[in-house]
Amino acid sequence: MNGINLTLRVLHRGERHLAHDLVTAAERHRTEHEVHHVATDLARWSQEHVRRLAEVAAHHGVRLGGPPGHDAADGVFATLRKKASEAVVHRPEPGLLLLRDLRELHVAAAENSLHWEMLAQAAQASRDTELLRLASGCHPQTLRQMRWTNTMIKNLSPQILTSL
Amino acid sequence: MEDSEDRIARPWGGRTPHRRGGTWPARVDTFLADGMRPESVERWVQSASILHSDGDAMDIAVADGRMVGVRGRDVDRVNRGRLGPKDLYGWQANSSRDRLTRPLVRRGGRLVETDWDTAMDLVTARSRELLDERGPGSIGFYTSGQLFLEEYYTLAVLARAGIGTNHLDGNTRLCTATAAEALKETFGCDGQPGSYDDIDHADVIALFGHNIAETQPVQWMRLLDRLEGADPPRLLCVDPRPTRVAEHAAVHLAPRGGTNVALLNALLHETIRHDRIDRDYIEAHTVGFDELAARVAGCTPKWAAEICDLPAARIEEAAELVGTTDALLSTVLQGVYQSHQATAAAVQINNLHLVRGMLGRPGAGVLQMNGQPTAQNTRECGANGDLPGFRNWQNDSHVADLARVWNVEPETVPHYAPPTHAMQMFRYAEQGSIRMLWISGTNPAVSLPELARVRSLLTQDRLFTVVQDIFLTETAQLADVVLPAATWGEKTGTLTNADRTVHLSRKAVDPPGEARPDLDIFLDYARRMDFRDKDGGPLLTWHDPESAFEAWKRCSAGRPCDYTGLSYAKLQETSGIQWPCDERAPEGTARLYTDGFAWAHPDVCESYGKDLETGASQEVVEYRSLNPDGRAMLKAAAYLPPHEEPDERYPFQLTTGRTLYHFHTRTKTGRAPQLNGAAPDVWVEVSVPDADRLDLAEGDLVEVSSRRGSLRGRLRVTGIRPGLLFVPFHYGYWDTEGGSGPGPDAAGRAANETTITDWDPASKQPLFKTSTAALALVERGDGAPSPAPTTTASAPVPAGAARPTTGGPAARATQRPAAFPHAHEEGAQ
Repeated sequence: MNGINLTLRVLHRGERHLAHDLVTAAERHRTEHEVHHVATDLARWSQEHVRRLAEVAAHHGVRLGGPPGHDAADGVFATLRKKASEAVVHRPEPGLLLLRDLRELHVAAAENSLHWEMLAQAAQASRDTELLRLASGCHPQTLRQMRWTNTMIKNLSPQILTSL
Repeated sequence: MEDSEDRIARPWGGRTPHRRGGTWPARVDTFLADGMRPESVERWVQSASILHSDGDAMDIAVADGRMVGVRGRDVDRVNRGRLGPKDLYGWQANSSRDRLTRPLVRRGGRLVETDWDTAMDLVTARSRELLDERGPGSIGFYTSGQLFLEEYYTLAVLARAGIGTNHLDGNTRLCTATAAEALKETFGCDGQPGSYDDIDHADVIALFGHNIAETQPVQWMRLLDRLEGADPPRLLCVDPRPTRVAEHAAVHLAPRGGTNVALLNALLHETIRHDRIDRDYIEAHTVGFDELAARVAGCTPKWAAEICDLPAARIEEAAELVGTTDALLSTVLQGVYQSHQATAAAVQINNLHLVRGMLGRPGAGVLQMNGQPTAQNTRECGANGDLPGFRNWQNDSHVADLARVWNVEPETVPHYAPPTHAMQMFRYAEQGSIRMLWISGTNPAVSLPELARVRSLLTQDRLFTVVQDIFLTETAQLADVVLPAATWGEKTGTLTNADRTVHLSRKAVDPPGEARPDLDIFLDYARRMDFRDKDGGPLLTWHDPESAFEAWKRCSAGRPCDYTGLSYAKLQETSGIQWPCDERAPEGTARLYTDGFAWAHPDVCESYGKDLETGASQEVVEYRSLNPDGRAMLKAAAYLPPHEEPDERYPFQLTTGRTLYHFHTRTKTGRAPQLNGAAPDVWVEVSVPDADRLDLAEGDLVEVSSRRGSLRGRLRVTGIRPGLLFVPFHYGYWDTEGGSGPGPDAAGRAANETTITDWDPASKQPLFKTSTAALALVERGDGAPSPAPTTTASAPVPAGAARPTTGGPAARATQRPAAFPHAHEEGAQ
């Protein structure tokens, strides 16, 4: 079942990245309050996915790590990101950066979504109920992450792009 | 028999007990200016209160061209002659000497008096310049919950079709946005399901974060009267403060802040587990039951007890109360709407009623309440981040229909994204893409969260601010142009309360000086801007309140909030009438959803819904597949922890709220002597164990600080939930040396110095009840008590710790028992 192990690895990496990127975006766009708060909430979903993936992977003999923590170096960068966002609170240009970050988050979530799809299909083909339960438990949240980034882009881009 | 009472000391007056299912008797409350006798009143002019959302009908007494008092209207279904303290005394603010009487413009950094032409020319010139240089998205309008329907509708047309901006919202975003969103999520469309008359019929009344004794004192009188009558209702109170409601409750839950979804999921869990559900109703009228049942399957009382910090047994008792009654009425207000996961929680209350089949019949209903008097009108007229008439911005045929009513092209009306909500508008102003903000009838420099940010944003040089108000508020002091407005009693218009009752409020006296009705100001602006329809005719075809009302009727036709059966003459004749009122229901409609949920059909619904946890919009395709036939939707939500949790530095949770005697930022009530005397200054409430632990006592001067800022007030020790602080949000700076904010070296006074900028992702309502804070002693009290009232949820512990709040002889109002003249008690007759 190398294909399944491979997908578990790729997805684990993808969810780790998304969790990290959501937290980073939340810090960088601290003055965009809705993005800040909701991105922080959504990062928790990906962290949970990472944890559950690692758990199931272990049963497949694959060792994967836990969700990303905030190490000391990251803490310094986090503070910098927050300060930087506060320093440009009265500038319109960070709006472009925000749209870019939302786009990247959307693409990352879309990749994860496709991998969840693959995993669910493989789980059905191999009649692996544990794996199927994992995919059907997590995939809806990934789709909701995508819907959120899409909504934010739809709502914010008219003002950001016409005011520069 | 007439008696007189100090209605500051006894805010709810005397009792007129009534039994379940009986007719609530009338009682006429009257307050006249000192020395004024009823026989010297020359005219009584029909009106209704604009100091809360109850819609208390009253007549204004006039003598010598002045307002001299008020009297409740016994013929009206809402209050049956009764008036609350703000109704009785608030009108006196109209004649304050510091009313704005001339327009002001900023010259050389100072506001100076000018004439209307100069002020309006400045506003139009700036508007044109911005339209040319930066487009319609550079102009935003932030309005109120206290204007009249005709004014909101006019503003909605001029902003959306005249300027063509998507940026129009009301301060109703702060009070009622979650009510509207929760109704849209469950029923597909805004519109209050229940009626106040349900109070007369309910067996159990559950009040979720709703301190009705202080927010709608007249409906509390109704409840008190039922509690003293035969077959009284049992109350469930969910509130962290020891409110009057809590005192009378069969079960009182005081959960940890921000945990409403956990508590409500546990109530749903118990309801389903014990099979206290109406399967036929669920089958016939709803979609989504299986997902809801699955989502709450693990939400046991024990699980919620941990999160909410409540005994599991009390949660079970509460579940039994709401789960076993034959007539459940739930009411919901800011304890839900301004708290973490606002919409998700409010929707679970709708769910409780749907799974129990408790809707659309006497005593079985939901009241998702409003905070402000005309919030309902802001919503239905499209001035609260919606399109007029509850039209769906995502539905092209709705937009085309609106364009037809306005005789403009559909592209004229922005509908590429949802109408911009207030918090986002202020963010756009902060980052510089909105360059003109027109603020009418509200005071964001006191009422928005994180005031240091709001002040810095409003004082930017590049932002042109127009403020239209009746006093030089904190916000007006920061404006570039100030327009003096007329208010209630000085202009005519209609207003709709929280149970869809429409009232007419007539002009009783002339406004002071050159002050003008808000409607006239908006119409004048539209004329000067020369807004045109697609055939070159004037965009706004009306010229006074009644013609504006007639125009609105055309816009409302065929929509849920149908006004076509109403007219000024009819409202004058019959007093309040509940919409929808049309050919099919010429006397109005007591309850919605008595027979299915037609407005949830994909073709007619106001909204396709949102993700309750993320706020992401759903599209029509998803909506159609979920709900093809138009049924009520059971939407589940998982509990998420609050965004700010107490820690070592900020160990308390902090909640803000109102007191019985004041409204909003006190611009009017702070100028009515009896009301001001009852609650003259800010205070801080803390629990007995916290006060003991920190060695603090009644009257100590304390500082409340958070990551955003701080304020100082005198301490009141109460029966509030341990770990929680309460600060009333009414107090600002207009009556201090600072004027628009705390002076350079002065301490803060406004609660919102400390609150967090965070809003519910679905309703976009800011969250005023989930900040964390620290509490520190500044100086010991000098023996004088805290200025908090003793008659309300702020009552001291022990009871004798402060002198009782009284109004003295100046607050004596009369009460006269009367018969409610309508044999049929619902709707108008």
